[in-house]
Amino acid sequence: MKREASFLNSSIGMKVIMAITGIMLVGFVVGHMAGNLQIYLPAHDGVRPLDDYAVFLRTMLHGGGIWIARGGLIVATALHVWAAVRLTKMNRDARPVAYHAPVYKASTLASRTMRVSGAILAIFVVFHILHFTVGKFTPFEEGKVYQNVVTGFQVPWVSGFYILAMLCLASHLRHGIWSLMQTLGFNHPRYNDLRLKLATAITALVVLVNISFPLAVLFGYVKLS
Amino acid sequence: MEKHLNLTLQVWRQKNAQDPGGFKNYEAKGISTEMSFLEMLDVVNEGIIKKGEAPITFDHDCREGICGACGMVINGRPHGLRERTTACQLHMRSFNDGDVITLEPWRASAFPVLRDLLVDRSSFDRIIAAGGFISAPTGSAQDANCLPIPKDNADRAMDAAACIGCGACVAACPNASAMLFVGAKVSHLGLLPQGQPERTSRALDMVAQMDAEGFGTCTNHGECEASCPKGISLDNIAMLNRDYLKASLTYRPEVESGGF
Ligand code: HEM
Ligand code: FES
Repeated sequence: MKREASFLNSSIGMKVIMAITGIMLVGFVVGHMAGNLQIYLPAHDGVRPLDDYAVFLRTMLHGGGIWIARGGLIVATALHVWAAVRLTKMNRDARPVAYHAPVYKASTLASRTMRVSGAILAIFVVFHILHFTVGKFTPFEEGKVYQNVVTGFQVPWVSGFYILAMLCLASHLRHGIWSLMQTLGFNHPRYNDLRLKLATAITALVVLVNISFPLAVLFGYVKLS
Repeated sequence: MEKHLNLTLQVWRQKNAQDPGGFKNYEAKGISTEMSFLEMLDVVNEGIIKKGEAPITFDHDCREGICGACGMVINGRPHGLRERTTACQLHMRSFNDGDVITLEPWRASAFPVLRDLLVDRSSFDRIIAAGGFISAPTGSAQDANCLPIPKDNADRAMDAAACIGCGACVAACPNASAMLFVGAKVSHLGLLPQGQPERTSRALDMVAQMDAEGFGTCTNHGECEASCPKGISLDNIAMLNRDYLKASLTYRPEVESGGF
């Protein structure tokens, strides 16, 4: 057996790709959430901290930083989706005939719908980039990030879609963060209970803060000028 | 107290591996609550044989929960809804008069149905043959305590070794994955000194065979652990992942003789 070639083709190797790219994406959503919290900071000297932050993102490392981050995210997302598609095919082929009425005891709705929540997230990511980076769907002015976000979220269906996507993220992340620890072999009786708690805590933080943005705009707490 | 039940069985009947198969209903009348599940099937089969039809085929051997031969999906759950119980150790007192009981074979492409509820589990044997063994001299017995083993390791190895290879983990897994079975075998040997010489090749070869047999992959649902009649823990899957990862990073390619 050629062992050199087998790791990336093995079921466990694919899961490890899933887990490592998952960690990269989790790192991204945590950072993204934290950066966006600046929407709540007041303007000083007429400059919105969020707009300032956007300038920083675009200019750090002489403008190269954002492309390093984007490159990493594109590669991670592509590998994540590629591994998900391959694993899904292996799993479908492994059970060609379904049970009459299966009874689940341990799995959760979140664990059984990773593909659905993942697919909605993929659609959301495309929508989100078209919306706030390219400037589609709602009024948009280059560089006016704060203003674009507020006018964007003032449209109820847009806010609704963001909130729905965040609920999918919650479902995907809580199972995913727990699952990746098991996949990478982090298992020890002293820390095992902490794993699900950590997954729940990270998920709650990211998702609740993210949902607060459209709600804050809809309820008029965050507004133009 | 003994009671008698009238039940309806909805049973998967399939003549052979090629036959598409389908459900057929049978009445099971006057079943004693003191019978085991397999004894109930024996009674139903006697009635079927008297009518001149082919009895329901199912696998069984010890009928005392230790050999791992029996196994069928009872009401959507491998070995039935009772925890840590093989189908042979399930008793009719777990059922109520008038119940409809659905019986299906393990569903996995790596476990092809041979007939009715009987599946071919030789894929498990091939995984064991790929690496689920140790090469120890089988001469005279060693002196006691000449191989020190921490009590904790001995206990964990023993818990993993409780796996009877019935395949309920695969049957319960929404992905038909065999990771709990392979995890149990890899941990049970990997936790003991006798298992160390082949630890690297064992993880690589057993996983390669597992994949080649067409089992699914682990999504960490936990259904395997919940359906295991021996309570094998998901910890064994994490340990298998760890061993496989380490082995993939550190194995040494085979060298021609004379290499070093
Ligand atoms: C872009 C679209 C996405 C798709 C199609 C997708 C799909 C999936 C699927 C199907 C799984 C389960 C794979 C399996 O265990 O068999 C999974 C796992 C996971 N996903 Fe995603 N996902 C996406 C986006 C994301 C995002 C944005 C994040 C993080 C914020 C993420 C984090 C994770 C993590 C941590 C896991 C667990 C890995 C493991 O089980 O070891 N995913 N994904
Ligand atoms: S027949 Fe041996 S375990 Fe059930």
